[in-house]
Amino acid sequence: MLGYLTHHARSLVGSLGRLARAPLATALTVLVIGLALALPLALGLFVANAMSATGGFTGAVDVSVYFKPDVAMSRVQQLAQAVRARAGVAAVEVISAEQALQEFRQYSGFGTALQGLGSNPLPNALHLRPAPDATSPADLDALRHYLSAWPEVDLVQVDSEWVLRFNAILALLRRVLGIAAILLGAGVLAVVGNTIRLEIQGRRTEIEVVRLVGGSTGFVRRPFLYTGMLYGLGGALLAWAMVGTAVMVLRAPVASLARLYGSGYSLQGVGLEAIGLVLGAGLGLGWLGAWLAAARHLRGIEPRA
Amino acid sequence: MILFERVTKRYPNGREALRAASFSIDRGEMVFLTGRSGAGKSTVLKLIAMLERPTRGTVVVNGQNLGALKSRHLPAYRRTLGVVFQEHRLLDDRPVFDNVALPLVVAGAQPSELDKRVRAALDQVGLLGKERMLPNELSVGEQQRVGIARAVVGKPSVLIADEPTGNLDPALALEVMKLFKRFQDVGVTVIIATHDLHVVHEFGQRRIVLEDGQIQGSGEAPLPSMTATR
Repeated sequence: MLGYLTHHARSLVGSLGRLARAPLATALTVLVIGLALALPLALGLFVANAMSATGGFTGAVDVSVYFKPDVAMSRVQQLAQAVRARAGVAAVEVISAEQALQEFRQYSGFGTALQGLGSNPLPNALHLRPAPDATSPADLDALRHYLSAWPEVDLVQVDSEWVLRFNAILALLRRVLGIAAILLGAGVLAVVGNTIRLEIQGRRTEIEVVRLVGGSTGFVRRPFLYTGMLYGLGGALLAWAMVGTAVMVLRAPVASLARLYGSGYSLQGVGLEAIGLVLGAGLGLGWLGAWLAAARHLRGIEPRA
Repeated sequence: MILFERVTKRYPNGREALRAASFSIDRGEMVFLTGRSGAGKSTVLKLIAMLERPTRGTVVVNGQNLGALKSRHLPAYRRTLGVVFQEHRLLDDRPVFDNVALPLVVAGAQPSELDKRVRAALDQVGLLGKERMLPNELSVGEQQRVGIARAVVGKPSVLIADEPTGNLDPALALEVMKLFKRFQDVGVTVIIATHDLHVVHEFGQRRIVLEDGQIQGSGEAPLPSMTATR
């Protein structure tokens, strides 16, 4: 067991040494892998920041319930109580026809013209705010159906289309992120695989000797797997550094922009989960690329007499 | 014991390197394979080292029928052999110590044991003290001795050598052969393919003479066909 572990340690140190002895080639390979991993990481961070920055949007979904003109205020209050008791409703505000007219007069700029009206044309209304976890299209549709079923109700208006569009854009971005991650992951596999293929070719004599003295395929493959993992890890660390630097550079301007809009929003950095994900992806892709290359190219190398 | 029973080896290009060759080598015996270039000497060694498989016939090494040996058992089998080449096949970017240690590393030896055995092997071939040197810093004869140390460090039961003295002057060739003899003396089966009849005569071991892939004779006395192998 000690011998086995020692060989793992030797393989790791040997792989590190070989990478260090060819700094330029190693740096270029790590750079390519780093860029390939940085792009989905940056895109993921962009989506996360967009969701965070607009997190209040889902709370801004409004549902307006307009009652028929002959519905008394006392009945409106009763119905408001019933809606408050319903799950998925965060707040209910009763707006009387008089209150609505007053606000309209105040904010519309038609105050003088409105004084000419013989009666108040506005209905009593409820203004609902769904709970944040009840703003999905299905939840809102269910609420609309519930409210529309009341005979006193004339119109239910759900102001959610822009939220749905926004959510659709975020969903599209997440899908693009997934596709980009798959394509760029395949790119990392190709880069690592090709690099390992070249290394196998360069160490052909050594591989032949190792096989001749009884080295198993696993033994021969091990240093290449470590090399692949080191490339992947190096690329992942570089990707983290690149995206982290970009976040640092952008944080102040984004905060300034947010302040101009009256928001205290601050750009999110790369979280622990994302760091773990990118490091894991780098290690995993490096290992897989090296394994595939080793499986393909070691097969044909047998010792010569 | 090594047993060849009517072994034929035909290469993909159609050349028959061995034709129904049969012979046996006892455990702990030292044997020279002699014959012209292309006579089939190296093919015999390749078959023993499982670098090639016979087209027909049976090769048995230490009771193991190599024809039935599965690929996954090949590394373990090869660890029972020591192989020496004319061109040494040393790893030029590794010091002598690492070159010699390779079979032990492959076998998963513990570091303390590895150090002890590598030093013992280097001591046997007279290279103790040169373990930190790179192969290209050594003479040809020393490089050959590193190759021998690597072949014996794993305490193989069979030691095979293909033209081990081909690049050495007569004095060095005799030194190298004395090393092989010392390994035979401790029970290792030693098989040496060589053109060097001077060395063969000097050591007086059994010879197996090959010609055109066939066994022409075997024995300790000078064989009539041996003059043709010069």
